[in-house]
Amino acid sequence: MQRFALFIISYIFWLLLTWSAEPGSIIAGLAVAGLTSVFFGRYFFQNAGKFIQPHRYYWLIIYLFIFTWECIKANFDVAYRVLHPRMPIKPGIVRVRLNLRSPFARTMLANSITMTPGTITVDIVGDNMYVHWIYIVSEDPVEYTREVSGRFENYIKKIFE
Amino acid sequence: MSDIISIVFIATGILFNLFGCIGLVRLPDVYNRLQSATKCVTLGTCSILLGVLIRFGLVSIGIKALVAIPLLFFSATVAAHALAKGAYRFGIKLGDGSIHDDYKDESPFNKTEE
Repeated sequence: MQRFALFIISYIFWLLLTWSAEPGSIIAGLAVAGLTSVFFGRYFFQNAGKFIQPHRYYWLIIYLFIFTWECIKANFDVAYRVLHPRMPIKPGIVRVRLNLRSPFARTMLANSITMTPGTITVDIVGDNMYVHWIYIVSEDPVEYTREVSGRFENYIKKIFE
Repeated sequence: MSDIISIVFIATGILFNLFGCIGLVRLPDVYNRLQSATKCVTLGTCSILLGVLIRFGLVSIGIKALVAIPLLFFSATVAAHALAKGAYRFGIKLGDGSIHDDYKDESPFNKTEE
């Protein structure tokens, strides 16, 4: 099941990349997707049945909009800090508690945090995530957990767990 | 019309890439430089790719540009994460202006050194 889901996804990816209806490329895509799923299937999702639950896609689309907005905001934020003559930065590494369990959801949360205003995920140790933050707004752990991961955690929980 | 929109997208992308590069020069330490390198450069490049998609429409090259966006997104974030962790492991300290470092105590690399 795990391998089959990876096969479908990599085959769709191949078709999009080549974008041709020639029989040669379609058959080559089957072979390549097959090899990919044989070799890398075990690194994929543990339970691939989640792919066929429609409400996850609903949340995914809402999440994509929120994420794009945050991403654009992040860019203006960093551009402002870079162009400002005195560079208003207050950097440091903070510890954020994670409420997510599955490894893939954690990966997605880490990626989202890296793309949002002023934060980069450095490491995950146990249930704690270490985040480099370009402008630390407060010293209170609860406050900055909400500031860093609160925006995305609920959505990612609904989509990937 | 689509020409104008695509030119606007590509120009915005180049502008943000420029901001990212200015950030690489101006910001003080490796972690802050990674911030500007991931955010500005990723969105700038995504914007250029969107401009290409709008300019050429849903043909072979436009679809390739569209597929490149998620690839770029994942590779840029994972690379930034790996670089930050690698820099910390290598022993590069946070810059002078830094006010907070929780990672110092719990980093597994520091523990093994002791």
